[in-house]
Amino acid sequence: MAFITANWNPLGEAFYRKIDLYDMGWSLRDGFKDCMVAAAPYGGPIALLRQPQRPSPSARPQLEIYTSSGANMASFPWKSGPVQQLGWTVCDDLLVIQEDGTVLIYDLFGAFKRHFSMGNEVVQNQVMEAKVFHSPYGTGIAIVTGASRFTLATNIDDLKLRRLPEVPGLQGAPTCWAVLTQDRQTKVLLANGADLYILDNTSCTPVTPPGLSPQACSIVNIAVSFSYKYLALFTDSGHVWMGSSNLKDKLSEVETKVRSTPKQMVWCRRPRSQQPSVVIMWDRLFLVAGECQEIIQYTLDEECVCVAELDGVRIIGGSRHELLQEVPSACEDIFKIASMAPGALLLEAHKEYEKSSQKADEYLREIKEQSVLGEAVKQCVEAAGYEHEPETQKTLLRAASFGKCFLSNFPPEPFVSMCRDLRVLNAIRDYGVGIPLTHPQYKQMTMQVLIDRLVYRKLYPLAIEICRYLKTPEYQGVSRVLKHWACCKVQQKEEPDESIARAVSVKLGEAAGISYSEIAARAYECGRTELAIKLLEFEPRSGEQVPLLLKMKRSQLALSKAIESGDTDLVYTVVTYLKNEMNRGDFFMTLRNQPVALSLYRQFCKHQEQETLKDLFNQDDDHHELGNYYVKASYKESKLEARLSLLQSAVDEYNKAKNEFAAKATEDEMKLLRFQRRVDEEKGEALLGLSLHDTLHSLLSANYHKQAEQLYRDFRVPDKRYWWLKLTALSEKEDWEELEKFAKSKKSPIGYLPFVEVCVKRHNKYEAKKYVSKVTPEQKVKAHLAIGDLDGAAEAAIERRSEGEISTVLARCSPSTDRALLERLNRARSTAAKK
Amino acid sequence: MSAHLSYGRVNLNILREAARKDLREFLDKCAGSKAIVWDEYLTGPFGLIAQYSLLKEHEVEKMFTLKGGRLPPADVKNIIFFVRPRLELMDIIAENVISEDKMHSPRDFHILFVPRRSMLCEQRLKEQGVLGSFINIDEYILDLIPYDGDLLSMESEGAFRECYLENDQTSLYHTAKGLMTLQALYGTIPQIFGKGECARHVANMMLRMKREFAGSQTQILPVFDSLLLLDRNIDLLTPLATQLTYEGLIDEVYGITNGYVKLPPEKFAAQKKQGEASKDLPTEPKKMQLNSAEELYAEIRDKNFNGVGSALSKKAKIISAAFEERHNAKTVGEIKQFVSQLPHMQAARSSLANHTSIAELIKDITTSEAFFDNLTVEQEFMTGVDTDKVNTYIEDCIAQKDPLIKVLRLACMQSVCNNGLKQKVFDYYKREILQTYGYEHMLTLNNLEKTGLLKPQTSTRNNYPTIRKTLKLWMEDANEQNPNDISYVYSGYAPLSVRLAQVLARPGWRSIEEVLKMLPGPHFEERQQLPAGLHKKRQQGENRTTLVFFLGGVTYAEIAALRFLSQMEDGGTEYIIATTKLINGTSWIKSLMDRPEAQTL
Repeated sequence: MAFITANWNPLGEAFYRKIDLYDMGWSLRDGFKDCMVAAAPYGGPIALLRQPQRPSPSARPQLEIYTSSGANMASFPWKSGPVQQLGWTVCDDLLVIQEDGTVLIYDLFGAFKRHFSMGNEVVQNQVMEAKVFHSPYGTGIAIVTGASRFTLATNIDDLKLRRLPEVPGLQGAPTCWAVLTQDRQTKVLLANGADLYILDNTSCTPVTPPGLSPQACSIVNIAVSFSYKYLALFTDSGHVWMGSSNLKDKLSEVETKVRSTPKQMVWCRRPRSQQPSVVIMWDRLFLVAGECQEIIQYTLDEECVCVAELDGVRIIGGSRHELLQEVPSACEDIFKIASMAPGALLLEAHKEYEKSSQKADEYLREIKEQSVLGEAVKQCVEAAGYEHEPETQKTLLRAASFGKCFLSNFPPEPFVSMCRDLRVLNAIRDYGVGIPLTHPQYKQMTMQVLIDRLVYRKLYPLAIEICRYLKTPEYQGVSRVLKHWACCKVQQKEEPDESIARAVSVKLGEAAGISYSEIAARAYECGRTELAIKLLEFEPRSGEQVPLLLKMKRSQLALSKAIESGDTDLVYTVVTYLKNEMNRGDFFMTLRNQPVALSLYRQFCKHQEQETLKDLFNQDDDHHELGNYYVKASYKESKLEARLSLLQSAVDEYNKAKNEFAAKATEDEMKLLRFQRRVDEEKGEALLGLSLHDTLHSLLSANYHKQAEQLYRDFRVPDKRYWWLKLTALSEKEDWEELEKFAKSKKSPIGYLPFVEVCVKRHNKYEAKKYVSKVTPEQKVKAHLAIGDLDGAAEAAIERRSEGEISTVLARCSPSTDRALLERLNRARSTAAKK
Repeated sequence: MSAHLSYGRVNLNILREAARKDLREFLDKCAGSKAIVWDEYLTGPFGLIAQYSLLKEHEVEKMFTLKGGRLPPADVKNIIFFVRPRLELMDIIAENVISEDKMHSPRDFHILFVPRRSMLCEQRLKEQGVLGSFINIDEYILDLIPYDGDLLSMESEGAFRECYLENDQTSLYHTAKGLMTLQALYGTIPQIFGKGECARHVANMMLRMKREFAGSQTQILPVFDSLLLLDRNIDLLTPLATQLTYEGLIDEVYGITNGYVKLPPEKFAAQKKQGEASKDLPTEPKKMQLNSAEELYAEIRDKNFNGVGSALSKKAKIISAAFEERHNAKTVGEIKQFVSQLPHMQAARSSLANHTSIAELIKDITTSEAFFDNLTVEQEFMTGVDTDKVNTYIEDCIAQKDPLIKVLRLACMQSVCNNGLKQKVFDYYKREILQTYGYEHMLTLNNLEKTGLLKPQTSTRNNYPTIRKTLKLWMEDANEQNPNDISYVYSGYAPLSVRLAQVLARPGWRSIEEVLKMLPGPHFEERQQLPAGLHKKRQQGENRTTLVFFLGGVTYAEIAALRFLSQMEDGGTEYIIATTKLINGTSWIKSLMDRPEAQTL
């Protein structure tokens, strides 16, 4: 396996290696000559802005976007203003910063998204230099203008421009500068000749890096590490100073013996780096300067660009794409020549095993004797993650799997998840996809983001495959991808609405938790309202459909969807919206076709807008409800005339509704009110507002029998009730004489038991007795009992031979009752029972 | 406090705990000391979820009732409004907030909408210019409140009126949401049966919501086997009849609200402190909580009132026997054991004393002639005697100006039992009522007509007798002491709604298709797919669990009847009961009344 270390170069205690990622698929005739290049970290896309071959006023530069493997994604002539800088955002959007300070944003496929400006001041003074940087807050832009002033935007998605203070003595652009993020603050570090300044929101502070060699007259390049923790300065004396970015500690200083200004300088570190280094690039020369002051030198046969990564540096050239990194310790342990590390032994053991050699056993024993088999397996698994070649990965994983067989309780997760991760990584590193992520980068980036990136590249099938393979919950995985697919699909202008809608529904049919309303919203944004409506049909949540439908001015449909959802609050919302949008007539017509909405609106009006309620009923010719409306309104009036006039309106409406009963009743009510007023005025009573019944009662109590009689006739009060009324009124007054007259006036329609009862109620047994004889035979027993005449009751009951009645009498007997009576009753009962 | 909720077939305490958790989370969102301003209507239902102690633990220091004007002073950091989403309440809140701003000590405002936030209300707050003053606007999803071990209620007073009179289906939406919450906690209910328009609507919404939440299904073994949704308007008769169970009568006579009843204090004065002569009679009504946490009450609540007396005296004997035990206790161990049981026995004794008093109070009423006459007429109607003529008793009641609700209850009952009154009878009653109680009641009569309670006959055919016979709604000689049929709860009348549930369980609705067609609204059956692996394997002899949901209210007597079915030896089904509101004839008719507040002329 010696060849694995063939590309290793020692640097201090550690090794550095260059891995071939791709032979670039593009065909650049002159390499990067006359090109502005920007490549995004995490194996992101590459943008090229190529100046026209023969400069002429009509010739335009060409903007091209490629994958990391050099496959073209977009290419178009640049028709906007002169470009100062290209850059990529954290979500793979291309930023083009023009000299006039305008920043244009394009997506991966070269579609224009939006633009913004870096401030009015810039328009005059022009951008001299610009840098794009990434921080936890997102993607930021820093520019320096012709007036030597810096302007910062920390997050382009939440644009807040900050103009930094003036730098004393700075004329034109600084020699070099970089953006730092420290203590949650973004600052600019700049060098003007030998002077170094830190520029923050409020001040410009001169700083001196500790131990910078005095020979230098000028700092010509600055590099900040990926994590913003470290800083490298290159001086015109050919020294590289390395230290912490807060400028408190110095790590090392290396003399390169090259004095010309480098083209690019970047840090090359990895997490838990043994030997961090700085990569410095000139036209033909490429140096890796380690902290140990040693240097690896490569020659370049073409113009290149370096991209700093979390765990190394990618070098992109016109024909090749390579990754330079410090060899991870697991790989070093295993592959270093003559290594006796557990992993190396295990790999050897497995190799022998494959050859069916007994040496396998020897090696294994050796590992087991040191009881490091677990560690050996771990090493192999880890190393597999760092290897780029699938063959090497497999070899290592097979060795790990072999070693695992001899371990009893080794946890399976690391092995399994590494296998899965590698499968995903190999798939996306594929030339066709062109995302050369390393394992640590993948872990840092997270699967979610990776899926997002694949989706953004429209690699939907791959994204879905990965989600399925990793068993991501449908919600976050497949469904999300499908939603993006659908959002993209709806933008295909050439396809007719019908077929897109069908395609979307067929694909998304079974996926859980798809938000069709989002897809529809996208279709609407693209001006495809009809398609949006079709798509909304698939949305199971009616509630979700409503806001978009309202936005699309499909208010009628919104209303029926709101109704369908059953959420009355939503219906109210649409109704309120309609009310403000439409003229009153149309609004009422709309409601008329939607009974549910109409009744809700009526409810609303009942509490909030009485007048509208009337209009609604009018519109529907609902005369009955209008009648009710007027009746209700009449009670709010404290003036009799007003009340009467409202009641008259009610009568009219009831008549129109052919509701004779209600009309008559209301007329009666008016008649009663008028009557009451008259009597009140004449006799000084307070009858107004009483019910007919109470009016009669009051009249009778006050001895206005004539008036009572009149009411009784006018309102055709049933005799029975009138008798009850008069009876009650007279007995309450204890006007026994009048009562007796009344009883004799004609045959009582309610019988005479009530007479007995009201007298008893008033504790007047004497009067009560007068009526007992008049009571019908059926009620005789009751009447006698009411006045406490047990003998009479017994007599009546026996006469009627009713078992029930006899029992009732018996129940009222007490121990003091006459014996003979009791016996008679009992005898009569048994006779009655026999029958 | 809530142990009785977990004793039943379905542990309803899970629901209560979930509701408590949400409440705590919201309270913690508003850091610091707080005062709660209550929509008065909510305090009762909330009492069933959380006592003041829980609120106190979360730094609630003051409580006020929502009313206009300025808020009372309270030295707290947060003011939280607990309100129903109603526009008129928003106006009051706005008034509170606006007048608050004039004072100097700034307090943070929050709103908690119960059971759901509403855009309409937020819009109103915005119009009033106070929406920005609220730090938190949240919703507290409290649809179904656990009332007892087998009873859930939404305590939505106006549900029947809204659904059947005003065509406002808000409460049905909340019902569907509540059932979804229930399913999230107790698993998907595989079968849904229903009868009535509202039932259909709720089932549709449930199925729709299930589709909407597809993918986020909970993997819970279903606790309920089926759900039966019943519209109140398929059985208008039952609530009109006077309930004759113990609990039903307490409700009829004194009214039970949120599990509490207020009783006249006189009967309870003596036992307040035994031995001591009570100096003065208490004037405050005695408030008692009624639920199955009280052993004796659980035993007698569902009995026909005629069977309560004997149950009480049996209990009295047991208790005094238990107290007599102390004479037999000889050894220290025995005495110790006796003493340890003492608190329980004393509780039982005071519970017995209370219920004896209540039973006496109720007996005074049930033995009165008026009660008897009323009941006789009710039973005549239910058996179909002379329902097509003007009833003299009703006439007499009107003539004597008995309470209007009593008259309306009877008239409605006659109408329902006759499938509408003859036009002449109908007009006569209406005229009598208007003349006696005032013309303003025309609106109420109108409402009753719209809901089908008191209406003129439209077809000549009265199908009530057919329904009565097919469903055996009237059972002669119902056994009140040892019942063998649900008809005991009304001493002869078997509530139609519960009969439907009973027939559904066995032999199934197919046997009564004809009758179902006579009742309003569609009847249906839906199945909900269960995720694989969640199909319940029923043990031999294991009962099914059915959730019966009454849309528009249920009476205590109906609940008693369902409990009776649950307890039947060979019943095969246990019932959990849910409803929009616990009602009785009086509260029900009251909710349908319109009383314009007349200005004095």
